[in-house]
Amino acid sequence: MFAHETILHRLRHGCQTMAYPDGPAPALPDRHGGSLRLDATKCAEGCGECVRVCPTEAIAQPPGHPVALDLGRCIFCSECVAVCPTKAIAQTGDHRMAARRRDDLVIGGPGEEQVRLAAALDEKLRKLFGRSLRLRQVSAGGCNACEADTNVLGTIGWDLGRFGIQFVASPRHADGLLITGPVSRNMELALRKTYAAVPEPKLVIAVGACAIAGGPFVGNPQVRNGAGEIVPVNLFIPGCPPHPLTILDGLLRLFGGLDRSLDRR
Amino acid sequence: MSAPLEFALLSNGAGLPWTEVPEWPADDFVSATAAELDRGGRLCAWFGVPEGAQTRLVAVVAFDAENTLAVGRSEPIRDRHPSLTLRCPQAHLFEREVWEQHGVVPKGHPWLKPVRRQGNGQPAMGDFFEVEGSEIHEVAVGPVHAGIIEPGHFRFQCHGEEVLHLEIALGYQHRGVEEALTGGPHRATLNQLETVAGDTTIGHATAYAMVLEALAGTEAPLRAQWLRAVALELERLANHTGDLGALANDVAFLPTSAACGKIRGDFLNLTALICGNRFGRGLIRPGGCRHDLEAERAQQLAGRLRVALAEASEAATWLWDANSVRSRFEFTGAITAEQAEETGLVGPAARASGVVRDVRFDHPAGWHRFAQIPVAVWPSGDVLARAQVRWLEIQRSGKFLEEQIAAAPDGELRVTPGPSAADTLAVALVEGWRGEICHVALTDGDGRFRRYKMIDPSFHNWTGLALALRGQAISDFPLCNKSFNLSYCGFDL
Repeated sequence: MFAHETILHRLRHGCQTMAYPDGPAPALPDRHGGSLRLDATKCAEGCGECVRVCPTEAIAQPPGHPVALDLGRCIFCSECVAVCPTKAIAQTGDHRMAARRRDDLVIGGPGEEQVRLAAALDEKLRKLFGRSLRLRQVSAGGCNACEADTNVLGTIGWDLGRFGIQFVASPRHADGLLITGPVSRNMELALRKTYAAVPEPKLVIAVGACAIAGGPFVGNPQVRNGAGEIVPVNLFIPGCPPHPLTILDGLLRLFGGLDRSLDRR
Repeated sequence: MSAPLEFALLSNGAGLPWTEVPEWPADDFVSATAAELDRGGRLCAWFGVPEGAQTRLVAVVAFDAENTLAVGRSEPIRDRHPSLTLRCPQAHLFEREVWEQHGVVPKGHPWLKPVRRQGNGQPAMGDFFEVEGSEIHEVAVGPVHAGIIEPGHFRFQCHGEEVLHLEIALGYQHRGVEEALTGGPHRATLNQLETVAGDTTIGHATAYAMVLEALAGTEAPLRAQWLRAVALELERLANHTGDLGALANDVAFLPTSAACGKIRGDFLNLTALICGNRFGRGLIRPGGCRHDLEAERAQQLAGRLRVALAEASEAATWLWDANSVRSRFEFTGAITAEQAEETGLVGPAARASGVVRDVRFDHPAGWHRFAQIPVAVWPSGDVLARAQVRWLEIQRSGKFLEEQIAAAPDGELRVTPGPSAADTLAVALVEGWRGEICHVALTDGDGRFRRYKMIDPSFHNWTGLALALRGQAISDFPLCNKSFNLSYCGFDL
């Protein structure tokens, strides 16, 4: 009988929620690679291999300038890592990638070899949202991968509710939007209306390469190139899709809920 | 020249020169297609190919029992042709799509309206079917839904709680995937196809790789075909497990819901063990695979798979044991085998109505020529059936994986496919976790894509959901919807 079985199961397994962030973060898969690091001073003269293989034009080398990699556009296919002859581009294995400002995702320059991780919200917003943040999710041309890995945060292993963060069914109940997808033109109106329905003050979080900059669909006439073209974005979480750990890190980062000393590692 | 009598035959994952595709005048072509469907064929694809200012129609028909595909085309059409839908309802959405994309009118089509065309910040939808009467009310839901899901619009015609008719209007997710492919492949093409339906990355990427390999006249190495088959079943396991959990959640049966949410992640992590990405991005490449599943890694995978399967079995058993679950699943959203056949349903939705239909079995390509999985069928057509088919498939995919992981072929993992043949049509079918994925490519004189058509299983199956709701309580919509769990972006392209 299931009642008996499920109770026994609960007793056997105990609490299945991970210890993170109090304990260590779960390990990323070994082939995941994590975030990227680019040291443009290591680039071979006139190389440009990475620029040629990048499917989303995330890597650019304007004439006379060093190579720059935009992690907001990056889908982490790692083709650039494979072709780079001088290992100027390398995987860091770090799950943390979320940034508050769009420019903080562009790496390569001196002192900017890695993403500049998001700082916490100012004190007023932290006070408002720090212990209770309700988000309305809008998929605007998302492929259901960012959506799925956001949904995962609600499962027993991650238990997003323990941080006071919850996804709600109406924008009227929400403190902000979590947007996925490049914003298909056919979702533009619905996104605007949903944003308008969220009471002030409100936050917008763009999850995934599409929502940040159009992802693999950048430049397609049927899409806008990311949520930022429609609404102001407060937090960018890169990836295709971002690992659930990367999304969680981004959300917690907003409240300064993570030990800042880790960020200087 | 007298008109040819029959479609040209080819097998899954093969191509043939465009000139060898038999051609009929428009009226005769519609009749010829209807004749093929009447003698047991199933419409996999029906699309237009621009020919100057005119349009040719192309049909791909599957004869499942004969493991054969058949293709035919029309002469260029200027503006109209008799509707195939009147004789074969499974063509209804295809004809709407061709009309939308090429302006060719299927004369007599009973419900001609846009499929996904761009409107002013929203899809151009057209009118909705309305039931009239003083006690009738209409319920509009979406595009933005209550959970973390993709957008779509549902319009219910209700009498009290009872749904008389549901019309589903999509198009919100339209990203212009097909248009972008013309003249391709381009640099981002593979990445776009990996995200056509992001929860079906392996399915769509495999179909694309098969098309390119067919056009190049190469075959991926055996080891790559093996690994693709392994990844395809891992994708099925993750999604089916997630669906069982979601179904449990919709009837407030939390033990299975909570367990399956976690186990689904365990399966996704097995895909990530192979390629680093939980959805299989970066694994499939034309000519083979990009990451190997070496012996040691395979052993680790097998061990973790065993644990996850055992947990899934436990969670499923609770579900079937609970009377409260059974009473909600049974007789809810039932579809008859006749309805499934008539509307051309595919995948678990078709098999749950007793229709034996599975690309892995009917049109084996790649590794499925050597290793087969029994087709999982359940007769009752209701939510229970769609849940049971998923559970059967979880078990069979699990068994298949356990056998196949121990039987890896040696050899290389990837070859470089040569250039694509010019003026050639290639077809690939893959049984994704939602059902049949169909990709058709037609190359131009330079071997570039002149037309690339893809059909996600959701394209066939959304009609099934609409039918399932007839006569149901509107409060059963979430449950019925979850029992299909169709893709919005895969439909909207």
